[in-house]
Amino acid sequence: MIRWDWIGRNLDDIGALTGEHLLLTGIAVAAGLVVSLGLSAIALRFRKTYAPITWVTGILYTIPSLALFAFLVPITGLSILTAEIGLVSYTLLILIRNIVAGIDGVPPAIKEAADAMGYTRRHRLWAVEIPLALPVIVAGIRIATVTTIGLVTVTSLIGQGGLGALILRGLGTFYSPIGTTQIIVGTVLSVILAVAADVSLAFAERVLTPWARRREAAA
Amino acid sequence: MGSRPPYPRSFAPAVLSPLQSLRSLGGTGRLARVSDVMISLRHVSKTFPGGTAPAVGDLSLDVPRGEIVVLVGPSGCGKTTTLKMINRLIEPTSGEIYVDGELATSVEAHLLRRKIGYVIQQIGLFPHRTIAENIATVPTLVGWDEQRIAERVTELIELVGLEPEMADRYPAELSGGQQQRVGVARALAADPPVLLMDEPFGAVDPIVRSKLQEELLALQDRLRKTIVFVTHDIDEAIRLGNRVAILNVGGVLEQYASPAEILAEPANDFVAEFLGSDRGLKRLSLIPISTVDLDPGPVVAPGGTVEEARRVMERYGTDWFAVVDGDRMLGWLTEDDLRGAATVPRSGRRFRAWLTRSSSLREALDAIVSGRTTMAAVFDGDRYLGMIDVDTISREIVR
Amino acid sequence: MSFLADVLAWFADPVNWSGSGGIPNRVFEHVQLSTFAMMIAALLGIIPAVILGHARRGGVLAVAAVNIARAVPSFAIIALALPVSIALGLGLGFWPTLLALVALAIPPMFTNAYTAVRDVDPGVVEAARGMGMTPAGILAKVEVPMALPIILAAVRVSAVQVVATATLGAIVAWGGLGRYVIDGFATRNNVEVFAGGLLVALLAVATEVGFGVLERLVEPRGLRMLRGQEQVVRPAPT
Ligand SMILES: Nc1ncnc2c1ncn2[C@@H]1O[C@H](COP(=O)(O)OP(=O)(O)O)[C@@H](O)[C@H]1O
Ligand SMILES: [Mg+2]
Repeated sequence: MIRWDWIGRNLDDIGALTGEHLLLTGIAVAAGLVVSLGLSAIALRFRKTYAPITWVTGILYTIPSLALFAFLVPITGLSILTAEIGLVSYTLLILIRNIVAGIDGVPPAIKEAADAMGYTRRHRLWAVEIPLALPVIVAGIRIATVTTIGLVTVTSLIGQGGLGALILRGLGTFYSPIGTTQIIVGTVLSVILAVAADVSLAFAERVLTPWARRREAAA
Repeated sequence: MGSRPPYPRSFAPAVLSPLQSLRSLGGTGRLARVSDVMISLRHVSKTFPGGTAPAVGDLSLDVPRGEIVVLVGPSGCGKTTTLKMINRLIEPTSGEIYVDGELATSVEAHLLRRKIGYVIQQIGLFPHRTIAENIATVPTLVGWDEQRIAERVTELIELVGLEPEMADRYPAELSGGQQQRVGVARALAADPPVLLMDEPFGAVDPIVRSKLQEELLALQDRLRKTIVFVTHDIDEAIRLGNRVAILNVGGVLEQYASPAEILAEPANDFVAEFLGSDRGLKRLSLIPISTVDLDPGPVVAPGGTVEEARRVMERYGTDWFAVVDGDRMLGWLTEDDLRGAATVPRSGRRFRAWLTRSSSLREALDAIVSGRTTMAAVFDGDRYLGMIDVDTISREIVR
Repeated sequence: MSFLADVLAWFADPVNWSGSGGIPNRVFEHVQLSTFAMMIAALLGIIPAVILGHARRGGVLAVAAVNIARAVPSFAIIALALPVSIALGLGLGFWPTLLALVALAIPPMFTNAYTAVRDVDPGVVEAARGMGMTPAGILAKVEVPMALPIILAAVRVSAVQVVATATLGAIVAWGGLGRYVIDGFATRNNVEVFAGGLLVALLAVATEVGFGVLERLVEPRGLRMLRGQEQVVRPAPT
């Protein structure tokens, strides 16, 4: 069913699409993280803004990507910008929720101890709260990354898409074995990217939070 | 049946720590001169937003330099609020607080706090930092150089009785008692003159708590910090405090005096009730044996006749006597031990433990009761001083 | 603002309200297929989840299901469904889309229903057993009612995902509202694209809100008071 010879002949092409897929994902998650950190800072500083922020990002999360692209195409065209705006907007809900929950989850006694030892508010945030929230924040980044890798495939419909473009080409020739091969290769590579990204981020988290690892060992 | 030897085989009171005894002598509430005041609260009140009655209303209190002052009172009476106003974790609604002669609000809060150690029940160690890094927190904040910090950390780990190899562990790898020791070390790190402690031993089991209390007193003997200690446990307050402030709901100061004074003369019914019905017994724990007269006790010199020994036991109403050579206690014997003997031998059963002049009357009473007898032997090192009996103790209770 | 005027004109045009390509038919197609998919997926996902959750077995499966569902793109599932459907002789359009949507909707419903039943307060279950309720009675009268709010929330988030993904059915030659967007892209007709997007977005939000209202109506009153933040695992957006 799979045409291995086609794969062999098109390795360069497949590699380029995989690279494009990663790039689209990387930009979206990085930009999503910047926006989310900003919005989370606002939500943490002014608690009343948290509900509206999650409400709006929740609506964004609910709107199907195809609809979102449909709104953007008349303005920004069939461009990478359109794709990124859409991809970034889907990362916000997950990232903001986890950042806020992570910071909120720092035990009050630890924050009080930091205050009592003479930390300023900003110093406490960077030296105590963010490190302790890291596991929850990274968990959010992992989910956001994996879902973005999946969503990138949809952007093939607006002329981007990385491996999604391969899948879309396969759909165009679905009656031929090459078409099926393209769909399968696109899907499998996309899943591999998602798993690899998830595992790498989990590994990065372990390196960044040695205290949590020791606790597991002790427990 | 006559009475038994002071320390039968199975019972022996714990050997007393010299500190515990020292404590019993001190804390007689000397009046502080103004320059001796380290922390001064002047008409301090706190009403929380949305609260109707003040959590603390118009509280004035002077904490003498180098002493332990314990704030004690029922839950919710405003102890924590009072404590946190000193390091400005809570800002007072009105009134002034002076720390070492300076108005607390005259410096930025975070700078004030670096000079005040703070220990809480939940400990609040940073789980992402090693023990050494936790202890180094304030020295790092105030900019000590690395060498000095490293030396200080090593010193403190030893001071609070932890093993040096714990320095590189994370808090989660330590027991509750060990974590609390780290909490104390961290609070002491930059050598602050003032230490605030909020129920620091509330979450550990009674045995560890007692040990930590003892260690705190030992530390205080060396360091002479000004300590404000919060607890809801009156026994802890009596044990630790040079002075005790008894608070009522709303931060009302009912009595502020030395433990001995409070136990002897509770200011009002609230204080008396808070002290509990065993107030007399509690008071005994503050009176050292050295303040009462000892009795020579049922003693016979080695080589004395069996007749003499019988006479001594009869006089004291006991079925045992002690063999004493000059001021050396050789042991104790019962009537049975003399069967077939002509004279009293140069040996006897060893005493399991002994009371010293600085032991408290409460410990003496405990020794007597657990020995199921009427008197207990008192020593100064190896030197036998005499015996203390139940009648002497009960006279002190009613005094 | 002539663009928005064009969009309004598109909606006003009677041509777009009649026939197989008209809005009513497209909405009907979209809702019908989504409903079928949800019903099948609920049967296949929730029932085993409730039984496994009651037995407190199969936690690995629950974790795996949601992780796999996240890693495999919805777009790829629709695409993969096409050769499968053709191999089964079911052809283009309806069947591959239905297959894909069922496959997509099962994992989140399974995982959420499983954890909801498994995490019912063990004290309550113990009390029910102590009062002599049978295992089936405990399941029907205690565990399912107590897990219901989360199960319903899981149905809601799955339904939203199904409605969203049904849009992609257009790429395997099915109807539904995705047609307007996909056809609009192909003919570079931004007005049709935008109008289609609007309809899709409205339907998705309506699904979310509608199920939300339903949840509030069905939820036992005692549980509503305990309700905290939403604890359901959301599927990836499409
Ligand atoms: N942050 C706060 N906001 C509102 N009320 C508070 C706050 N902290 C304490 N209180 C109230 O102030 C009173 C005194 O509390 P606290 O000082 O913690 O008592 P204690 O430490 O003696 O148990 C209590 O009635 C408590 O409910
Ligand atoms: Mg308190």
